[in-house]
Amino acid sequence: MAKIVFEEPDGTERAIDIANGQSIMEGAVRNGIVGIDADCGGACSCATCMVYVPEEWLGRLPAKDSTEQSMLEFCPHVQANSRLSCQIQVSDALDGLRLKVPQSQQ
Amino acid sequence: MADPLVIIGAGQAASQLMASLAQDGFAGEVCLVGDEPHLPYQRPPLSKKFLAGELALDRLYVKPAAFYEKAGSHLLLGRRAERIDRSGRSVLLADGSRLTYSTLVLATGSRPRELPLPGAFYLRNIADVDAIRPRLAPGKSLVVIGGGYIGLELAAVAVKLGVGVTVLEQAPRLMARGVGPVVSQFYARLHGEEGVVIHTGSVVCGLAGKRVVCEHAQYDADIVVVGAGAVPNVELAREAGLAVEDGIVVDAECRTDDASIYAIGDCTSQHHDLVGRRLRLESVHNALEQARIAAAAICGRKPPAVQVPWFWTDQFDVKMQMAGLSAGHDQAVVRGNPDTGRSFAVFYLREGTLIAVDAVNRAPEFMMSKQLIAERAKIDPARLGDEGVAMKDMRN
Repeated sequence: MAKIVFEEPDGTERAIDIANGQSIMEGAVRNGIVGIDADCGGACSCATCMVYVPEEWLGRLPAKDSTEQSMLEFCPHVQANSRLSCQIQVSDALDGLRLKVPQSQQ
Repeated sequence: MADPLVIIGAGQAASQLMASLAQDGFAGEVCLVGDEPHLPYQRPPLSKKFLAGELALDRLYVKPAAFYEKAGSHLLLGRRAERIDRSGRSVLLADGSRLTYSTLVLATGSRPRELPLPGAFYLRNIADVDAIRPRLAPGKSLVVIGGGYIGLELAAVAVKLGVGVTVLEQAPRLMARGVGPVVSQFYARLHGEEGVVIHTGSVVCGLAGKRVVCEHAQYDADIVVVGAGAVPNVELAREAGLAVEDGIVVDAECRTDDASIYAIGDCTSQHHDLVGRRLRLESVHNALEQARIAAAAICGRKPPAVQVPWFWTDQFDVKMQMAGLSAGHDQAVVRGNPDTGRSFAVFYLREGTLIAVDAVNRAPEFMMSKQLIAERAKIDPARLGDEGVAMKDMRN
């Protein structure tokens, strides 16, 4: 279990607990985090669950695979610190992670 | 107190509608009627990871029960709507109860097209998977009738479970309604390499016990599953006198010809600028998009911009992502080699404008094309086919 804090597009901060083994996207959708669309439900097919990761956390997350990398490159609001939240499985090690949600996934 | 907003159908469109209504500040009561005993769940995994046993039931559900239980929303699950009384603004349920509505949203979805084959299975909902999965044991034989997305995804899962799989498709090629011939050929090769037996041009005449009888051959099977497309659930709308064509006719805001009744998802027929006509889309993307549009309209907010339709299928280690609508294309351009390996894309153009893409294990082709299709971009076909030109440089 990890407590993860999301900064929603309007600046609202919300902390939620996500069980180990679920993806960050699943936790966000189940808890109604605004701005995580996740249209494909976690199949890495749509790139609508993008989040920004603070620099100090980037190296502590599981690495991107080539599909995630390719999808991210073409996201409209991509930054160097972008990840697809469906591709990050939660573990205790992620406790305290803070993520920023983009203004739009489109 | 005002009558509630009533939603008939508890699939992904309904679930997204409830989420979007909440986000858009809808203050009224919401009542969701669904004929399955389940909370709204994702259907795509039913023929993929859920069927394979790689995804637990609770992870199929879009939202936990707590989301729906919050003040003002009622779930009536395992309850079937029988009739809409427009003059009385109410819905009659099969158990005889009546719900009055302020606004009604039809999210009734679609159902498998049935063939006159008694004893055959279909794959549309959780109960179907529960019935099929125990029969997919190693050494058993499966005949799939229909070589479309559902049939081929099922075939891919089953053969990996050690089942002997034969797919019978009546058209001359696989997935003929959705993709071009190059892609059909690729999937025939892919399934052949993985041990699935495919017979195209195979018209099934009947099912005699566990024997599938075709015109010129017959196949014995421990289980027969039909994947022959879907038909929209439009009966409630039609009986209520709403305009129905191939689906329930809705305007750009997903409103039917009754101003207090909306329809969203697989059951609708809506005008699409990309093709310049009305059509019905069976896809998660369409269900979610129409739900967001309807929620905005109900709340008097500006609707989100319409996106390029897209779809995906996972079979074996191959993810195909499709964007746009290829109907009416006058040119198809192949990028990469579809005859070897498992990675290529086919672009579809009309009068030089990119209108669709089928991207096989090609995320960049899919993502970039989605943008270019939305821009109605004219792209040099030679550049599209040239692997030396990166997709991000494709904008002329």
